[in-house]
Amino acid sequence: MSDSASHQLQSKAFSQIHEPRWVKISLISVALAFMFLFLILPLATVFTEALRKGFDAYWAALQEPDAWSAIRLTLLTAAIAVPLNLVFGISAAWAIAKYEFRGKAFLTTLVDLPFSVSPVVAGLIYVLMFGAQGWFGPWLQAQDIKIIFAVPGIILATVFVTFPFIARELIPLMQAQGNDEEQAAVVLGATGWQTFWYVTLPNIKWGLIYGVILCNARAMGEFGAVSVVSGHIRGQTNTMPLHVEILYNEYQSAAAFAVASLLALLALVTLALKSVVEWRHARALNAVADLPPENPHWSFHNDLTH
Amino acid sequence: MKRVLPGFNITLGFTLIYLSLIVLIPLSALVLKTFTLTWDQFVLATTSPRVLASYRLTFGASLLAATVNVVFGLLVAWVLVRYEFFGKKFIDALVDLPFALPTAVAGISLTALLANNGWIGKLFEPFGIQLAFNPTGVVIALIFIGLPFVVRTVQPVLEDTEKELEEAAACLGATRWQTFTKVIFPAIAPALLTGFAMAFARAIGEYGSVIFIAGNMPMVSEITPLLIISKLEQYDYAGATAIALVMLVISFVLLLVINALQAWQRKRSGAPV
Repeated sequence: MSDSASHQLQSKAFSQIHEPRWVKISLISVALAFMFLFLILPLATVFTEALRKGFDAYWAALQEPDAWSAIRLTLLTAAIAVPLNLVFGISAAWAIAKYEFRGKAFLTTLVDLPFSVSPVVAGLIYVLMFGAQGWFGPWLQAQDIKIIFAVPGIILATVFVTFPFIARELIPLMQAQGNDEEQAAVVLGATGWQTFWYVTLPNIKWGLIYGVILCNARAMGEFGAVSVVSGHIRGQTNTMPLHVEILYNEYQSAAAFAVASLLALLALVTLALKSVVEWRHARALNAVADLPPENPHWSFHNDLTH
Repeated sequence: MKRVLPGFNITLGFTLIYLSLIVLIPLSALVLKTFTLTWDQFVLATTSPRVLASYRLTFGASLLAATVNVVFGLLVAWVLVRYEFFGKKFIDALVDLPFALPTAVAGISLTALLANNGWIGKLFEPFGIQLAFNPTGVVIALIFIGLPFVVRTVQPVLEDTEKELEEAAACLGATRWQTFTKVIFPAIAPALLTGFAMAFARAIGEYGSVIFIAGNMPMVSEITPLLIISKLEQYDYAGATAIALVMLVISFVLLLVINALQAWQRKRSGAPV
């Protein structure tokens, strides 16, 4: 009798920290329906629209010279913007995470600033600097250097919008890891460069890769900022997203979606890589959690390297 | 203070130079350019009826979209953290799609989907409801863009909430709904607010995904960033700059608000600020 009473009490307590089954199922259904409508359908639309006129038309659209030059320019832009922001990201994270100095919080906010600036404003500021009416406009014109409505402007605008990606991944990671290992390396006689290369870099590897992946995706896909500085010269200053816009506005819908499908593939690859990196990172963290806790701080760092 | 680790001067120096060249000097160009306008010109450029209509649309649609994102973002985060179901890993990875998908691609795809002959638009057309080429389309595009912000800020907080608190509430006789509103919700409220502010800030500046679906009719469905571009195309640099400065100030204020919210959230969860 008392046994069944305690059983009843237990099941009542259980039911009160879990939702009833029908609530659970309806919550999952609504969430999945929302995800299907807002994420999966738009993604599927890109590919079905791209293949609307068949595979041959799809290939033809991708092999057009203008499409090719857009792909080349997009790759070039990312190839310059990502390494620049990588060097900046590492340098900023080293300065901000490893030392204490006045104005550090403000500097961190400034690093984040480009994230909150509208892409259109980001493009506009370079027009005001280097455009024909801008600060350096007349001088640049005299030297016959084109920045706005040319490739350098596109690269500058891309660098601006992808500016914080790598730094903001690395700063919290390096702050969490502290300075102990680096100090040990320096005391043991390592140079600054050796310390970075053999101690810090292995520790921040996954965060670094993560930041580079996100930075690259944004660099290749940026539209608003690049649109302002590009001038939309076909075959010269059109990146892939701009080429998509031009084709779309010319009612070449299938061709627009064909180029867009490449960018959607890039997004899918980015998401897949991101999941792999997160999974590896979580595994490294879990391995640390399983270790005996005699010197958890030390083992935490060491294990992130594998 | 003697610093043990080498490299402070060179890394901080490089950081400051790069930051100045890429971000600070160009942004100051925007501010200085605005100073070439008189006060009256500035007011005229930033408060003409067409500009005011664009503020109303941009802020109204962003507010609405961020609110929808809070509701559905919380729902998605909750389902991902608390329940097991088929395809969960896939859904979790897919949440970041709006971050990874170029905005122009999102724009044309949503337009194709919601136009009167699109898969979804077709369903609404018989009732006389138009989803694309009007403010409704703007809101839908902004919901798409803002979704990951709320999910990704709420998810980790929800993972860290202590089950023991919920058990204690249940033992003390709280119903599940009371436990949610009185125990769980206060714990995740700062994260929800942060996610809301981030989605809102992003929505205000958004351009690529919106312009295809908006229809871009002056006074009706023209967003503020587009207005900047159309002024530029008419060589009205001063007018474009004045509006851009207004946007810049707003985004800077939002950035400070988000920073403050995040500090609050860290304090709530007991981590060092």
